[in-house]
Amino acid sequence: MSTTMTMAAALNAALRDSLEASEDVVLIGEDIGTLGGVFRITDGLKERFGASRVIDSPLAESGIIGASVGMAYRGMRPVSEIQFDGFVYPGFDQIVAQVARLHYRTSGAVRMPLTIRIPFGGGIGAVEHHSESPEAYFAHTPGLRVVTVADPQDAYSTMRAAIECDDPVMVLEPKRRYWSKGEVDTSVTADLSSARVLREGRDATLVAYGPLVVTALEAAVAAEDDGIDLEVIDLRSLSPLDRDTVAASVRRTGHLVVAHEAPGNVSLSSEVITSVVEDCFAHLEAAPERVTGFDIPYPPGVLEDHYLPGIDRILDAVDRTLGRRNSREAA
Amino acid sequence: MLTTTSAPDHDLVAGLDTPLHVLREDGTRRPDATLDPLLADVDRELLTSLYLDMAVVRAIDEEAVALQRQGELGLWPPLRGQEAAQIGLGRALPETDFLFTSYRENALAWCRGVGPAEMLSVWRGTTLSGWGPFAHHMATPQVIIGAQTHHAVGYAMATQAQGKDDLAVACFGDGALSQGDTNEAMVFAASFQAPVLFFCQNNHYAISEPVDVQATVPIALRPTGFGIPSLRVDGNDVLAVRAASLLAAQHIRAGKGPMFIEAVTYRLGPHTTSDDPTRYREEKELEHWRRRCPLGRLERHLEQLGAPVGELRTEAEQRSQEATTAMQEAVAALPSPAPESMFENVLSTEHPGLLRQREQFRAFTDSLAPEQTEGSSA
Ligand SMILES: Cc1ncc(C[n+]2csc(CCOP(=O)(O)OP(=O)(O)O)c2C)c(N)n1
Repeated sequence: MSTTMTMAAALNAALRDSLEASEDVVLIGEDIGTLGGVFRITDGLKERFGASRVIDSPLAESGIIGASVGMAYRGMRPVSEIQFDGFVYPGFDQIVAQVARLHYRTSGAVRMPLTIRIPFGGGIGAVEHHSESPEAYFAHTPGLRVVTVADPQDAYSTMRAAIECDDPVMVLEPKRRYWSKGEVDTSVTADLSSARVLREGRDATLVAYGPLVVTALEAAVAAEDDGIDLEVIDLRSLSPLDRDTVAASVRRTGHLVVAHEAPGNVSLSSEVITSVVEDCFAHLEAAPERVTGFDIPYPPGVLEDHYLPGIDRILDAVDRTLGRRNSREAA
Repeated sequence: MLTTTSAPDHDLVAGLDTPLHVLREDGTRRPDATLDPLLADVDRELLTSLYLDMAVVRAIDEEAVALQRQGELGLWPPLRGQEAAQIGLGRALPETDFLFTSYRENALAWCRGVGPAEMLSVWRGTTLSGWGPFAHHMATPQVIIGAQTHHAVGYAMATQAQGKDDLAVACFGDGALSQGDTNEAMVFAASFQAPVLFFCQNNHYAISEPVDVQATVPIALRPTGFGIPSLRVDGNDVLAVRAASLLAAQHIRAGKGPMFIEAVTYRLGPHTTSDDPTRYREEKELEHWRRRCPLGRLERHLEQLGAPVGELRTEAEQRSQEATTAMQEAVAALPSPAPESMFENVLSTEHPGLLRQREQFRAFTDSLAPEQTEGSSA
């Protein structure tokens, strides 16, 4: 029994159903109550569940995360919203030095079932600090789960699973996909730790996550015109990483391309490629390729189309790994 | 309006019960023991120029909103309603004092001679920094709430170390009061007696959240806990804001340490052009504040002094027209940066890794360009 809805509506439904399912779930963040959030992800929830369960917090990210830690001590399951990717840094200390370590520090005595929601990535023509991809900072931190969502069904199921999970989970929501529509069946559950093979293919494995999953699928369709058959994997969980699914795919295709928006330097693509080299080097028929943001701060809005990996840049990398004519062959 | 009965540090705050003001809402002048000594130089000429400044920045602001609606700008944070707070401060300080502001202080930028292209380019998305900070003694506007307060304090500490007497000014909103940064900045300022002015425009909202989510007592009480004296001033009274700013600057320049001003005002428009304020505030409240429009109040005052208000309005319209025409022309002429410029200035020197990325980017974009074969170029 599924309904068509946007990713924003799917996330809203997941939050609503989670609030409904357990009295322990509370939402906290800036502008999430009366306004329903700047992206309206929490629209209507304060009216329905009251101001003590959908909390408009002071404008303080360290406070939002730190207070959530205290709530978790007391048995609650806070879902904290950071309004935009670039505003997570004032809360960084609480996340990496507190949230991620409490279970370990206390030998398992203290559970941190926090969900930290962050709209992330570019592509909406925003001003500074509104288009960042901070995932690598967090994926680097043991004790924290970092997951991304890519379509409405996945958004619904992953958000519910994150809230039910006893570990701290950072859910990165690709803001430029909030308005994309898809079927959502609320009875479908998600496994937080596994990647998804979204399309099977024979010639090369294309790995993406978050906002680039749609782009990767589009690239695979475009590649068909050239007779190239791409396998597309949505990593979904960035930490822990499901390296088995990726390795199994590369064993079949012998070729790997990884795409994400964040700068490539010390990034998720570094990690995925390293894991493949470690796990199935002998199956690689060519050097893996990556398509990422450049190693520069996110540029001003009019240049973001040049910065963000698009279909053409992905196909160019596919051509490189397959030894076909590509933009670098003359160089 | 917030009220407080028992203030622990009453002696450190002026204007706690009623924000300091010298213009009543009907435009008549009232005496104020704290501010009057700073108002000795106020004559009709000064009043007229303050009026013209406020009228022109209102027009600039409205034009920017219109340009956003026409798709020329990606976003704009309107300052309507806050003209007196910003002009009052901007006109009180010498240009050598260094301003660290957020995104909403475009009237201050205007006071500092920032041109229309410099002001609009960030909002059009052609650059991350519209103007040169050192050319205007004004840092590039801050988006991260509260971060600039630290920078102002550090700048002030450096000024102090160099034995100079210019000030740093940190401008921020009521929401910024909740950030650790802002509170840490006050600790530093107080501990080192840094020559810094904290200027908080309490416009009553942080996006949708009313000020009482950030502070349950008047904001002006917060700095007193750090040992920083503060003035709570009617932010819609340009004379009061100017006098309070002069007073604070004198205090700071005399080596007496930091000071804090809470300018009590109201944001009449949306938070930004993508905000819907009807979701979180009532028309009645807006009406109440519309009647307190800072421009109207000064106009009534000038009228009572017998100034030719009709002529003044005409002049304001004319100047506004010039300013807004300049904005339209500037926007139309704003160049889009060359894509490869995004690789510049990442580090102060070039390094091979980035040069390689730029080369690869160039090769890729060239590969997309329509093939220029000899046959087709004829
Ligand atoms: C660290 C950080 N968190 C959240 C935001 C998102 N945000 C932008 S403006 C704003 C409200 C700011 O309110 P206030 O400080 O009162 O200034 P005003 O906009 O009213 O001038 C918020 C929450 C941000 N820019 N930076």
